[in-house]
Amino acid sequence: MNAPADVAKWLAEQERKELLRFITCGSVDDGKSTLIGRLLYDTKQIFDDQLSTLEADSRKHGTQGEGIDFALLVDGLSAEREQGITIDVAYRFFASEKRKFIVADTPGHEQYTRNMVTGASTADLAVLLVDARKGVLTQTRRHSYLAQLIGIRHFVVAVTKMDLVDFDQAAFDAITADYRVFAEKIGIAGWTAIPVSGLGGDNVGERSDRMSWYTGPSLLEHLDTVPLDMAADAGKPMRLPVQWVNRPDQSFRGFTGQIASGSVVRSQDIRVLPSGRTTRIERIVTADGDLDKAIAGQSVTVTFTHEVDCSRGDVIAAADAPPEAADQFEATIVWMDEQEMLPGRGYWLKLGTQMVTATVQHPKYEINVNTLEHLAAPTLHLNSIGVATVATDREIVFEPYAVAGGSPNRALGGFILIDKLTNATVAAGMLHFALRRAHNIHRQPLEVSRETHAGLKGQKPAVLWFTGLSGSGKSTIANLVEKRLAARGRHTFLLDGDNVRHGLNRDLGFTEADRIENVRRVGEVARLMADAGLIVLTAFISPFRAERELVRNMLPEGEFIEVFVDTPIEEAERRDTKGLYAKARAGEILNFTGIDSPYEVPDHAEIVIDTTIMSADDAADMIVAELSSRQKV
Amino acid sequence: MPALTHLDRLEAESIHIFRETVAEADRPVMLYSIGKDSAVMLHLAKKAFFPGPLPFPLLHVDTGWKFRDMYALRDKVAADPAIELLVYKNPEAERMGINPFDHGPVHTDMWKTEGLKQALDKYGFDAAFGGARRDEEKSRAKERIFSFRDRNHRWDPKRQRPELWSLYNVRKAKGESVRVFPISNWTELDVWQYILREKIEIVPLYFAGERPVVERDGLILMVDDDRIPLNGETPQVRRVRFRTLGCYPLTGAVESSACTVEEIVAEMLVTTTSERQGRAIDRDAGAASMEKKKQEGYF
Repeated sequence: MNAPADVAKWLAEQERKELLRFITCGSVDDGKSTLIGRLLYDTKQIFDDQLSTLEADSRKHGTQGEGIDFALLVDGLSAEREQGITIDVAYRFFASEKRKFIVADTPGHEQYTRNMVTGASTADLAVLLVDARKGVLTQTRRHSYLAQLIGIRHFVVAVTKMDLVDFDQAAFDAITADYRVFAEKIGIAGWTAIPVSGLGGDNVGERSDRMSWYTGPSLLEHLDTVPLDMAADAGKPMRLPVQWVNRPDQSFRGFTGQIASGSVVRSQDIRVLPSGRTTRIERIVTADGDLDKAIAGQSVTVTFTHEVDCSRGDVIAAADAPPEAADQFEATIVWMDEQEMLPGRGYWLKLGTQMVTATVQHPKYEINVNTLEHLAAPTLHLNSIGVATVATDREIVFEPYAVAGGSPNRALGGFILIDKLTNATVAAGMLHFALRRAHNIHRQPLEVSRETHAGLKGQKPAVLWFTGLSGSGKSTIANLVEKRLAARGRHTFLLDGDNVRHGLNRDLGFTEADRIENVRRVGEVARLMADAGLIVLTAFISPFRAERELVRNMLPEGEFIEVFVDTPIEEAERRDTKGLYAKARAGEILNFTGIDSPYEVPDHAEIVIDTTIMSADDAADMIVAELSSRQKV
Repeated sequence: MPALTHLDRLEAESIHIFRETVAEADRPVMLYSIGKDSAVMLHLAKKAFFPGPLPFPLLHVDTGWKFRDMYALRDKVAADPAIELLVYKNPEAERMGINPFDHGPVHTDMWKTEGLKQALDKYGFDAAFGGARRDEEKSRAKERIFSFRDRNHRWDPKRQRPELWSLYNVRKAKGESVRVFPISNWTELDVWQYILREKIEIVPLYFAGERPVVERDGLILMVDDDRIPLNGETPQVRRVRFRTLGCYPLTGAVESSACTVEEIVAEMLVTTTSERQGRAIDRDAGAASMEKKKQEGYF
């Protein structure tokens, strides 16, 4: 085929080929590497120099005597070759006459569940290896479950080493019958069993005449013909997670990203989430000229007809079929780190192009991947899988990962968790559904902005957050500050701990959890008031650093001003203006900050008031002066 | 609308990777080695950020021993005002006169591995795009698309971050970095098909031509200038081309008459040796040579 016309024709055929990504799962001695090596060999992916390296390696490390050990072709790393096992996910490439293939070769032994899940996350099909002599094992069931969990719908049960059972049909039939029972139990519908021998190449590339009783396709024939629903994502509503805003100069503002599902059409009405604002697609820009339409899978740059706020992490969606946004979910989590999951700890959660802080609660249950039983578990360890509640610090746009009978919503349903200290990827997860519906997707976008509110009042909003022990003087000083601000014509509001506990937070007590919720609610109210343009003063003990930081993060940079009223416990107890310390010491009040509940001193408060050397009036003057210097008044 | 072809999918994935890096890294750079894979990477990057300019510079870690045709193409690429090209040469290697004839593996180590580390440190780059492909070599088949490097630029194959879906973890501490491989999932054939489809300019040495060569240890070496010591050898003019390009004294040619991309592809289809076969670098330390180099910080 050296004639240019032949090559051109051949290249055109290559272009039209479909791509099938699959994973192979099996244990160390199932002959998995041998089978893949054989597939590469049979599809002529192995060059002479590789073959000669292979022959040399086979004599040195091989397990086949003088024969070629195909496993050595795929066992890449030297550490693996020494141990004779595959330790990580490796990707292989080959092509047949009909399709191109990317194989994720994943190891089967128990401690590497995370690698299998990783390999399966991008696969359309799973090849499960079952040793003809051993039958369906616990690990076969485990791999089937994991592959199904991550959304794979096509399975091949490759019964290997048929040469070692004399190509016996009964052995094959018994394994098939066994697997059928299991597949029915967990709801795997699309599976095919094929008897093979990697060593001899039987039913790998070509059908074997040593198993005339088998009338089905060879493994390669099956991979070539299994129907692929390539258009599944294209048939869903349009979702375009925004990756990066392209703004080379004032004249161009393009939003870039890879279309997760559906298609983008010029002049289409769209909605930007989570803000909910609507506009229309003006152009679909590519280096090869503008497009009228682009489909799922394409990386595009779009412009809008109107200036609408949109940045990385937002999702552009069909205006009439937007996805939900929420901040609390049920999710399946696969833990992938040596360090166990810490419930309540803040992790980075990355979903699509969104990055938020998330906490995971104690698991509702852990799944025993061998028996599929639900077990009670206080946390998740390396390679364990469980279901838990995940809460994010702000709403994220999402879709449920699993789609009954269809391809999963990988782009907006799958997430990873990243440790904030080590930056390691510690878990992967799949969202089930929102636990608390957030309605702001359909919320009317606010036409009068917080800037307008503040502008009308001629001031800059701020939240002065007073924190300190009971009796430290928070309320006294906050009152004096508010009087001074009012005298200057500023619009203010003071939220006082005791007052709020009579109303908004009357249902809360003083346990750790209730204190956290108390501060969270006050923070939300303070934020709303700041949105309305007010200068808000709050006087709450707010003993925990994490919650004060939570409120700080709710507000725009510079608007949260932490005022630490620093009064030593001895001094506060000596004053005991409300007689509370005496009661706490007498055991009449439990969980009293400073007595039997901790107070975490601020690390970097904007203002620190030492009440042992400063009067309340002087403190108020100082705070007002500080606000002036920050141009808040 | 027709479904996406295999190449369309690869292109979209690579563009996604470029944009993800630029969105999350502080100071990205593209390693530009002037070869065909670099040419494809550059083309993809231009597409990813069109109509804007590239939001990162190109970095050529030079050894002084590349083919003259490679320098010519590099300078042509750098002439584009929308492209910033940095060239770095390890000053120590320059001072010591390290060369491929007298210093063997030290040549690659000092000029390329050390040179690259020095350049990354000098400019404070925290993400570096490279043109490695998983089909090239066994240890590359196991490397992530976003490959984390510690403060000493070392790769630890046993502590790679799991990489699921198309979610890439680009986070790192100060001093740490990531190597990013946007064409990880491309094969050699894909690269050629794409060069053909997109009409990408590549170094003429990929095409057959009459060139002066000598044969040593089974490698056909081109006499590109007079620095190559001829031990009584007389260079012969043969019709050859190169499947990969590196330092000319380390890069073997193949006899060929392929003058177009179509002819190169046709030749590839009947070829019996893999593309890295002409590279002396892979043979330095036996079978595990590339893996070892990668751990030490080589691209």
